[in-house]
Amino acid sequence: MLEIRKLTKKYTAGPQALKGVDLSIKEGEIVALIGPSGAGKSTLIRCINRLVEPTSGEILFHGVDVCKLGARALRETRKKIGMIFQEYALVDRLSVMENVLSGRLGSVGFWASARRKFPQEDVEEALFLLERVGLADYVDTRADQLSGGQRQRVGICRALLQRPDLLLIDEPTASLDPKTGRQIMRLITELVRERNLAAIINIHEVGFAEMFTQRVVGLKDGLIVYDQPAGKLDADSLTLIYGEEDWTSLTSGADADDDSEEVS
Amino acid sequence: MTPTNTQPVRTWSKPRWIKSPLLRYLLFALIILYVVYGIRAFEINPERIALGLSRAGKMFGSFLRPDFLARKNYIIQGILESMAMTVVATLAGVVLSLPLVFGAAKNIVPRPVYLLSRLILVIFRSLHVVVLAILFVIMFGFGPFAGVLTLTVNTMGFLAKLVAEEIENINEETLEAMRSTGASWLQMVVYGVWPQISARFTGLVIYRADQSFRQSTVIGLVGAGGIGAVLETAMGRYDYRTAGAILLVIIIFVLLGEYGSSAIRRRLV
Repeated sequence: MLEIRKLTKKYTAGPQALKGVDLSIKEGEIVALIGPSGAGKSTLIRCINRLVEPTSGEILFHGVDVCKLGARALRETRKKIGMIFQEYALVDRLSVMENVLSGRLGSVGFWASARRKFPQEDVEEALFLLERVGLADYVDTRADQLSGGQRQRVGICRALLQRPDLLLIDEPTASLDPKTGRQIMRLITELVRERNLAAIINIHEVGFAEMFTQRVVGLKDGLIVYDQPAGKLDADSLTLIYGEEDWTSLTSGADADDDSEEVS
Repeated sequence: MTPTNTQPVRTWSKPRWIKSPLLRYLLFALIILYVVYGIRAFEINPERIALGLSRAGKMFGSFLRPDFLARKNYIIQGILESMAMTVVATLAGVVLSLPLVFGAAKNIVPRPVYLLSRLILVIFRSLHVVVLAILFVIMFGFGPFAGVLTLTVNTMGFLAKLVAEEIENINEETLEAMRSTGASWLQMVVYGVWPQISARFTGLVIYRADQSFRQSTVIGLVGAGGIGAVLETAMGRYDYRTAGAILLVIIIFVLLGEYGSSAIRRRLV
């Protein structure tokens, strides 16, 4: 469903963030994208819905090259690609419900959205989603009243209300404590599987990548250096992706995840 | 590089801003010389000061016996005119400033729009309110119309600059979130930008209304209507008792406006 070919991105007056990335993702596949800070993970997922303009290459989404779309067609494509952010990216002064419903902005006319008159089915689905993530009691609460984990749940509902085929998820747990982070990862992967969506998850916690996804892709200096089914990361591959380090505590079996949580 | 016993105490002092002592003292000397030169250039004349002081005494004496009644109708009319100018200029300024407010925010518009808006903004803001008033009086003649235009333009410059800066400081991720839903630019502004700036915007509008009223008293002196014009007339006729009354009225209204505006703004946060 998503086919990236020879994608490069050079920031003006900045580094060459991507140096020719090839990556293809199948329907319903959950991929973890790992790699050191500055490797280009954020740039890569932002190129897919063109929040960042790629320099060259192709991004075929359902067979259509996203890079060549005009403004209107780009908006149509963005509707099918949901996004979840590290800092949740909620609008603080709007209510939980308004934040969730903003996921429908691409499909609702300007005046209807400005007057908060969303179609009945959207309202029902928003309420259903909020219930599903355990926020049924917070519908009219202002977003800045919520805790980090609750805010991320609102972000998840907003992305899902788009009824996307693909989810781009940027460091969903990096601002959360280990327990909440784990709950959020579980919730995301559950919902993604229920709806048979494809998802790309940028993530720093290697343990989460192995535990919650099906495939782990390692990015380093703008190039993909590792691409394996989950569960195969060992000291050598971590050295390949991140560089030389003593990886024994991360790869030494059962309590590997707990270690990774403590340092995160 | 090993520490030696011959140097037991290591001292430290804050590095001087200007390192060379010669340059430092030279600069001091130049500044003092310039001040002396400046004072000589003012042609301070003790005779004129003495004369001025006695005139000032007479003027302030009259101010202490303000006469509200002799030109009561003009004062009331002037105040009403100033208030009308303030309200109209504030409303017009808010509406007209909106394109500039969003156009001058780097993070939500294309670069050409941003540069054009900033250029307009620089022109509006570089003209002091009195200079603007003089220009509009020359263009459209004496009276409150020139005053309203002056205050409108000034309001636009003030609001656009401060609110655009506020927009540039909003969380970038929320804008990305709006774009990634396929929202149009207008929807992004209504959902992503406006909620984050509305309280500050309203506060600035109220502050600006208060400021417009104060300015309306000044621009009247150059012929742009309002209570300032009445004050100018009184002064021109050496009618210091009426002028004193007008000054008192202005002070009271400015204080009321300031108190009112800060009381409202406090409730907005």
